[in-house]
Amino acid sequence: MKTYPAPEGHPLSEIISGYEFRTPETQALQDDDFENPAFLWVDQGEELWNTADGTAGKACADCHGNASESMKMVGATFPKWDAKNNRPVNIELQINQCRTEQMGADAWKYESSEMIGMTSFVRTQSRGEPVNVDFSEGDMEAWKAKGKDLYYTRFGQLDLACSNCHEDNYGNQIRSDLLSQGQSNGFPTYRLKWQGVGTLHRRFKGCMDQVRAKPYKRGSDEFLALEVYLAYRGVGLPVEAPALRN
Amino acid sequence: MFKPGIWSGALLGAVLTAGVAVAAGPADYEIVDGGIPKALTAQPGNAENGREVAINRKLGNCLACHAVTKLSDQPYHGEIGPPLDGAATRWSEAELRLIVVNSKKVFEGTMMPGFHTTEGLNRVAEKFEGKTILSAQDVEDVVAFLMTLNEE
Ligand code: HEC
Ligand code: HEC
Ligand code: HEC
Repeated sequence: MKTYPAPEGHPLSEIISGYEFRTPETQALQDDDFENPAFLWVDQGEELWNTADGTAGKACADCHGNASESMKMVGATFPKWDAKNNRPVNIELQINQCRTEQMGADAWKYESSEMIGMTSFVRTQSRGEPVNVDFSEGDMEAWKAKGKDLYYTRFGQLDLACSNCHEDNYGNQIRSDLLSQGQSNGFPTYRLKWQGVGTLHRRFKGCMDQVRAKPYKRGSDEFLALEVYLAYRGVGLPVEAPALRN
Repeated sequence: MFKPGIWSGALLGAVLTAGVAVAAGPADYEIVDGGIPKALTAQPGNAENGREVAINRKLGNCLACHAVTKLSDQPYHGEIGPPLDGAATRWSEAELRLIVVNSKKVFEGTMMPGFHTTEGLNRVAEKFEGKTILSAQDVEDVVAFLMTLNEE
């Protein structure tokens, strides 16, 4: 199992991608870009990258050029502090900011196939780059602390925290599932169960539903704070989007 | 100090328990010496039904976290808690009842859910609000099943 040294102050001594906990068959599907079904979404994202939309009549490519160059490091550095709005943004929120403010286009719905396609396309440019989020900007530390609180809060009728499963029990079987560290480096991720690619916040919702809790909304401040904190827990792991999971 | 808010809250609670929510909320019980000596229901526990409670993912789903040799006909046993083989040799029936009803009273800070309590829960999904995971009869049944686990 490939492990990476944990960043300073991390509760674990080593960090591990969710990939390592999956079966050889699932790993093989992820490893082959022609077999990995997530590339249907990546391809859709690429097409949209070059398609003009909105009142400005512009495409992403008009401002950002060739994504394999302009976006190469970008996917590894989100969520990021947005000084203008005084809050962190993840890739989804950044994309909608560009759409509404730069393109004069409508925001995409959080879990729409356009949004997932574009996020997958942008993140995939950073494949192999180590997660490298800057927590020194703005109030990133405060958001990280809020995310940490949520991570250790027990939720739902089953009264379980993220940490119960992903910190205390990774590597253990929970019935038919092998628990991973719940890292975010593979997102957006194709899940066989979803028969499609989903966002990180969809996975958060799934984990909260599982313990019979009332989930927060996708794109909410709570899930964004969790995303910031998870990024910290995975600093140094290579971006693996689009990952494949069962 | 007189706190009208708490008063009316308690009254409302009493009214609800007497009315609609009675089947869903926890039954009354008394903890004595780290156990619940008195059964929660008049009908004795049925170990056969209890076996189903332990297996069923919508009920106890005990196999999510525990391995049980007696249930080896079932695929996928969890590795989170200790194997339950021999549980009846380590614990009395009263203790097992409390472990199932509210494990946190026995193992502080444990990951095991309290199966017949609504104490201290946070952001419970609407569908399950005020309800316990297992009914009083499910608890009696699963305890009866645990009492058959007398071999290490
Ligand atoms: C009852 C156990 C449980 C709890 C509690 C739980 N999860 Fe999960 N989680 C799982 C299982 C099972 C999976 C699928 C297998 C795996 O990757 O661990 C999973 C997967 C994930 C993944 C995907 C990992 C990957 O590599 O694709 C993330 C991210 C995640 N969880 C985050 C969270 C967060 C954040 C919380 C708290 C809000 C949480 N989980 C709470 C059981 C849990
Ligand atoms: C008219 C110009 C323009 C268009 C069109 C545009 N953007 Fe942007 N984009 C920007 C600017 C300027 C920034 C710098 C941050 C900001 O001000 O929001 C940016 C930042 C970004 C970033 C973050 C880059 C980094 O280094 O952190 C991403 C990702 C991004 N845009 C994606 C897109 C996508 C995807 C589209 C198309 C749906 C798009 N942009 C369309 C101007 C544009
Ligand atoms: C989410 C995980 C989880 C689930 C589900 C779960 N348990 Fe447990 N259980 C544990 C853990 C962890 C312990 C160890 C106690 C501790 O935390 O120290 C435990 C301990 C026990 C013990 C005492 C262990 C012994 O034999 O000495 C019994 C008995 C028990 N559980 C029965 C059950 C039954 C019956 C169910 C289903 C109705 C169940 N558990 C469901 C996690 C779980």
